[in-house]
Amino acid sequence: MSSTKRVITADRAERQYWRDLWRFRELLAFLAWRDVAVRYKQTVIGVAWAIVRPIVTVVIMVVVFGKIANLPSGGVPYPLLVLAGMLAWQLFSTGFSAASDSLVTNGNLISKVYFPRLVIPLSSIAVSLVDFLVTLPLLVVLMFWYGATPTWNMLLFPVFVLLALVAALSVGLWLSALNVKYRDVRFVIPFVIQFGVYVSPVGFSTTAVPEQYQWLFSLNPVTAIIEGFRWTLLGQSDGLTPLSLAVCLGTIAVLLFTGVRYFRRTEQSFADVI
Amino acid sequence: MAVSETVIRVENLSKKYVIDHAGDKARYESIRESVTNGVKGLARRLLGRGSANRSPTKEEFWALRDVSFEVKRGEVVGVIGRNGAGKSTLLKLLSQITAPTSGRIELDGRVASLLEVGTGFHPELTGRENVYLNGAILGMSRAEIKRKFDEIVAFAEVEKFLDTPVKRYSSGMYMRLAFAVAAHLEPEILIVDEVLAVGDAAFQKKCLGLMGKVSKSGRTVLFVSHNIGSLTAICHTGLLLDRGKVIHRDDIWSVAKRYSSAGDLGPTQLEPNVFRGPLRTISFQQIILNGRPIGARASVDTTSDLQFVVRGRAIEDVPDFKTTFSLFRDGVRIVTMHDTLDPELMPEGVFEVTYTIPSNLLRPGEYSIAVGGRRVAGDDWIWATDLAVVEVIPIWGPNCDRDDHGVINLPGRGIRTVMAPGVVASA
Repeated sequence: MSSTKRVITADRAERQYWRDLWRFRELLAFLAWRDVAVRYKQTVIGVAWAIVRPIVTVVIMVVVFGKIANLPSGGVPYPLLVLAGMLAWQLFSTGFSAASDSLVTNGNLISKVYFPRLVIPLSSIAVSLVDFLVTLPLLVVLMFWYGATPTWNMLLFPVFVLLALVAALSVGLWLSALNVKYRDVRFVIPFVIQFGVYVSPVGFSTTAVPEQYQWLFSLNPVTAIIEGFRWTLLGQSDGLTPLSLAVCLGTIAVLLFTGVRYFRRTEQSFADVI
Repeated sequence: MAVSETVIRVENLSKKYVIDHAGDKARYESIRESVTNGVKGLARRLLGRGSANRSPTKEEFWALRDVSFEVKRGEVVGVIGRNGAGKSTLLKLLSQITAPTSGRIELDGRVASLLEVGTGFHPELTGRENVYLNGAILGMSRAEIKRKFDEIVAFAEVEKFLDTPVKRYSSGMYMRLAFAVAAHLEPEILIVDEVLAVGDAAFQKKCLGLMGKVSKSGRTVLFVSHNIGSLTAICHTGLLLDRGKVIHRDDIWSVAKRYSSAGDLGPTQLEPNVFRGPLRTISFQQIILNGRPIGARASVDTTSDLQFVVRGRAIEDVPDFKTTFSLFRDGVRIVTMHDTLDPELMPEGVFEVTYTIPSNLLRPGEYSIAVGGRRVAGDDWIWATDLAVVEVIPIWGPNCDRDDHGVINLPGRGIRTVMAPGVVASA
């Protein structure tokens, strides 16, 4: 155990902070594990919920968009199209909504113990990754069922998963820090998620959108992630435009940079406000 | 020399809070006031931005102001102060839970702070799981927890229930397990808040024993408590805080003594409207304890007499008046004293009544003062409770029965007779 000298002043010490974050990496894992372990306690079907929910959503979307609206799927079985989109969207949306609530729900820790507060939103995003990994086999099964052949694009799949996680983090950092002070955030999130499903190409392909409006979808940073999932998993590349990828990367970079800064600036007063 | 090495250095430390009075209007403002404030605020926001940032409902409050002190390696420091003196804020700053407004703290060594026992315990998780989780929260690595796991469980005496969710634990088991984890932290600097104030007597004893052990192990400890008795038992030196400032830093006895004699500087005039009753010709103005007018709080140590002087005024001659003085503890009326056996004439003008309670009669604790009086004729009376709180602080003289249980310390002891060998207890 090394003797550590530590200086506490009004302005934050940047180097020390990131070192602390590394030192508390086990806490991150423990918090994530806690949330996963607690989630399905006292539920009858337990982890099966992680499968049931997406199945129901996919069925509804297939019926509404595929059967009733009869939207084109670009040669891919409609359920696969929706499920790939759904996976991407859920990874992002559960990630950022859990992160946004994380500081408030862990308020008792914040007011009693020191650790870099970034651990909390990070761990809640790790939880959404676990959920995602539980749901993923569903897609594999469905791909076998429809006889879809994987392509080499699949190798890039982890990159888009990471992109979804970072996107969730960048939004989550902002919202979680704001949520500490302004509990309004709590009311905004469900609304954003509900709304987001429709302004992002979750239940349909971007190519199903009339040509003159497609650029509008490209401006939605989540579009590239969803279409990236479809491209790497199903080999369907029409939806992933350079513009949408650029918007996605740019937005995430800006949100992440400003999000970390805002979070760092406000986290020292979390204990006073929460 | 390791002994004289400074491990905590605090320089000009200040912490400011902005209090939003609108937040606790129920307490400090009438509903009408808060409604008007709301309307005014709205109007200001709509009409002009000139005075927008000078909101009358916000007030700055310095919880700590220019605090400087040093702690040497191995020193066990007791932090003393009344409620609101800044003790908790100081601990929060030292343990990095919140950041100072200005000033700096230098800490040399691994710090662990214990502001609460069982922080982060999750009711749905089992005892085993919670040990790991809580250990990680307190800053232990997984390997470290694993190594100490058996020791922790043995200390908590919960071996049989390790795989039971802690929500099914009795509160005693829960506290023991939570404390056991904390007790096995091995920091170089330990910061402890009043965690000992919880749990039953046996548990408190265990905690105190452990604190004593820690204080002898050469670790540096900062310990906040209201219980002067346990502070003087454990700590070497003390730090007395008063309204955000360090007013005394010396060995623990000197600090405890100073704390017990420090008067309260709040308003010392009694408010007429706290008195109830139909009697209007008598009023009470001031309570003086051992020569010092007291406000909301005062304290006195067990070795001093308590001499209360109640000062009042008669607007006109009251022919048959008798004053009453009472002390309450936890709502129970412990003491009632009068100035006369039978009602007597209270002549017009200012009067003083002195009531004396001998030293070592009241056990340590908080006593609430009530004052009033009664006329025989016409059932005319005046009375007010909770006028001030007097804290009796356990600083023991040479011949005291050192015990803070109970309320009254009667003179004399039990008499022990030891029987000759062979004598059998019989019915």
